[in-house]
Amino acid sequence: MADKILEVKNLKKHFKTPKGMLHAVDGIDFSIERGKTLGVVGESGCGKSTTGRVVLRLLEATDGEIIFEGKNIRMFNKEQLRQLRREMQIIFQDPFASLNPRMTVSEIIGEPLKIHGITKNKKELSDKVSELMDTVGLADRLVNTYPHELDGGRRQRIGIARALSLNPKFIVCDEPVSALDVSIQAQVLNLMQDLQKDFGLTYMFITHDLSVVKHFSDEIAVMYLGQLVEKAPANELFKNPVHPYTKALLSAIPVPSLTNKKERVILKGEITSPINPDPGCRFCKRCPYADNCPTAEPVLKDIGNGHFVACHLIHELV
Amino acid sequence: MTSTLADKSRTTLKKKNKKRSQWAEVWRRLKKNKMAMLGLAILAVLILGAVFAPWIADYDEVVIKLDLVNRLQGPSAENLLGTDEFGRDILARMIWGARVSLRVGILAVGISILIGGSLGAIAGFYGGKLDTVIMRIMDIFLAIPGILLAIAIVSALGPSLINLMIAIGISSVPSYARIVRASVLSIREQEFIEAARAIGANDTRIILKHIIPNALAPVIVQGTLGVAGAILSTAGLSFIGLGIQPPAPEWGAMLATGRAFLRDAWHVTTFPGLAIMITILALNLVGDGLRDALDPRLKQ
Amino acid sequence: MSKSKNKLLNIEDLGIEYVTEDGTVKAVNGIEIKLNEGETLGLVGETGAGKTTTALGIMRLVPNPPGKIVSGKIEFEGSNLLDVSEEEMRMIRGNKISMIFQDPMTSLNPVMTVGQQIAEVIEIHQDLSRQEAAKKSEEMLELVGIPGSRANDYPHQFSGGMKQRVVIAISLACNPQLLIADEPTTALDVTIQAQVLDLMNNLKKEFNTAMILITHDLGVVSEVCDKVAIMYAGEIIESATLEQLFTNPRHPYTVGLFGSIPNLEEETDRLSPVKGLMPDPTDLPSGCKFHPRCPYAKDICAKQDPNSTEIEAQHKVKCLIYEGLIDAEVKR
Repeated sequence: MADKILEVKNLKKHFKTPKGMLHAVDGIDFSIERGKTLGVVGESGCGKSTTGRVVLRLLEATDGEIIFEGKNIRMFNKEQLRQLRREMQIIFQDPFASLNPRMTVSEIIGEPLKIHGITKNKKELSDKVSELMDTVGLADRLVNTYPHELDGGRRQRIGIARALSLNPKFIVCDEPVSALDVSIQAQVLNLMQDLQKDFGLTYMFITHDLSVVKHFSDEIAVMYLGQLVEKAPANELFKNPVHPYTKALLSAIPVPSLTNKKERVILKGEITSPINPDPGCRFCKRCPYADNCPTAEPVLKDIGNGHFVACHLIHELV
Repeated sequence: MTSTLADKSRTTLKKKNKKRSQWAEVWRRLKKNKMAMLGLAILAVLILGAVFAPWIADYDEVVIKLDLVNRLQGPSAENLLGTDEFGRDILARMIWGARVSLRVGILAVGISILIGGSLGAIAGFYGGKLDTVIMRIMDIFLAIPGILLAIAIVSALGPSLINLMIAIGISSVPSYARIVRASVLSIREQEFIEAARAIGANDTRIILKHIIPNALAPVIVQGTLGVAGAILSTAGLSFIGLGIQPPAPEWGAMLATGRAFLRDAWHVTTFPGLAIMITILALNLVGDGLRDALDPRLKQ
Repeated sequence: MSKSKNKLLNIEDLGIEYVTEDGTVKAVNGIEIKLNEGETLGLVGETGAGKTTTALGIMRLVPNPPGKIVSGKIEFEGSNLLDVSEEEMRMIRGNKISMIFQDPMTSLNPVMTVGQQIAEVIEIHQDLSRQEAAKKSEEMLELVGIPGSRANDYPHQFSGGMKQRVVIAISLACNPQLLIADEPTTALDVTIQAQVLDLMNNLKKEFNTAMILITHDLGVVSEVCDKVAIMYAGEIIESATLEQLFTNPRHPYTVGLFGSIPNLEEETDRLSPVKGLMPDPTDLPSGCKFHPRCPYAKDICAKQDPNSTEIEAQHKVKCLIYEGLIDAEVKR
């Protein structure tokens, strides 16, 4: 029996909008093993970031269960939730917007320590901040600088240090490198990998960049319009994508290589609206295979090798 | 030994890297604006004059003592700006008047920032029904012209320095509420607020540490311009007799009483008028300069 | 690869500077670009490398002040664009050379219908009546895969990918010889990006338009380009044909860029990125701009600015290794 740190069951998050109910996350199930990384991929508007925030209870779920370390955290009260923050953390996408422009580097990294009363005095606080800055590779001389004086890579390191300061077990990484330049991206990814090893962290890695997610994850979940369409170990998914959407998504990645050019599956149309979605398969309208699919919603089915697919045509496609 | 040495070098390093804060950065940009610096210089002179007024002219002996023999004298070596209808030195009265004007201006704006700012912050941060209720009340206040509202409040409470401040302060509460609410609304959506939630910060901390410092800039600009407005309102209310009561000196009141002698003694109205004008101008220059200095888009 | 080999664009020693509070920024420093008709050049680099400034320089749209073109020439169809009058330049922009910007959301005017916006370019540059221009704009929409009947819709009625198609339609409306596309797909989702790249490839073939594609994504380059130029700190440090660059990258920075991208085909435990950060543009290192981050750097790199060395036909590298001054072999 694998040691699951997080298990999510039938998670739903709906938003009220003037046009109707927006089904941002619509009944998803997944679990993450301790010390592993689950990659969540999908295009903008598929609900991947919302999922990350709901799991952390930064947004309240509409329905479903979030079981972290055996406890359903949806039932947690304010104080329990505050304690939970020490266990679960988040790294944000935008290293410009996620840091308070009026606070110095040391104030930002030290804030969680102050809130949770982890350090007893100023000396301890500044020592701990120095230690954290060292861990994420920020030079000591930057303690009193403000975020706007630093470049994107360094800012993202501040965000990582802040997330690490409480010694969490689980971190949601919401597109942590997509705002960074390629060479800096690789530096930050390497850092995150080292941290995972050193501190035994579990990651939920949310991204739209498929090459990054393959490199980084043990397991990958593909989302489309608020639902999981496919979930498999990383290599398995890239070797053997089954869902028509996953296939199109994988073939759409521009590969920086001249050999191995794949046959492109160019999808027609664009993502449909998640507001009051029609019943049935949400990908149906863009699906190159769809033909008289039943109107029921497809459910995730196990096709072996830890590979799950939600598609009516599963038997024809495997 | 080595460790203390290392510690020492680290602390010196930290001191060296004590970077200028954002306010230091603003000051650096403000210094480049010549007009704003001129405004600031004028304000400095006014404030110094107001603070040291008791050493410059004795209140009982010079400022309010009648000397009817020397009434309505033009400017001379003795009375640099002449005397008024009761023979009092106009310069001395203006210096003491600055005390009143500046005090009313600053405190009235302080009152409106405090009340308006908190209301706006609450409305913006919590949103929903609370926002609707607060902002609709503010809208009702906005529908009444500020000066009329002030007149109504002063007539109800009776004319006094404190009531004047309250009246002027309250009448500009809605505009501060609006400004603060607007900037809180945009800051609330920023990711660093979510980041603060994620590390377990409570609402009070988020408002005090994360929202207010970021919402201050437009309030400071509006506040500077608001002081000018408040000084004008004070002068206006005194002019119609609802403000500072004689014999206490106040620029608006001086202007009002001098009006009767405009034909024979131009200086009685001209100098207080000029003082009001120059002060307002200086405050506006500083306000404009601050607005530019605080706007990060003009950084480069 | 291209149908004709007529020279279209020849940029030599182009230098563009910005004067800021903190000093003079050499945004573009003596670059050289040659482009034939129908060819596509990929201009690759990270933030601040000077890609967009180069593009604005070719269009003569560098904001002045603070920017200024300080040296070089931009020969387009035989005449130096830096010498022509502003009036003539206006007739070239949008007509012979047009540009696509990164963000399709903000490069369309929200209060004009897309049909009007396409027709506007046509009316400025071609002697067509209003009706003819309107008809042409519908044709352009059809060309980029949008039904002509939607010409009367406003930008907000289109999705991101569709807006970028409209922008492409505008830029191609006058059948330009040169199209400069600044990160045209960066703001789009992968599946939409694939659609747009596909479209651009088709149109390029159909009209034999030369293109400069500015991007940071080597994957996109491999899909669309014939030639590649890698920019670093305002300089082109390596230029080659697509095949040469992808099979045989020579500059340490180019190699580092490839090492930074996770490879989908191979398993790598760790990425091998370029160490360090982009240099401060107001305070560039002496000698080779890349030397502080270069794993092969020797003392001489800090002193001597490398020249561009042609190591094989069309393949130029700006590195002292290839001038024979440093004994090292750059490995992937």
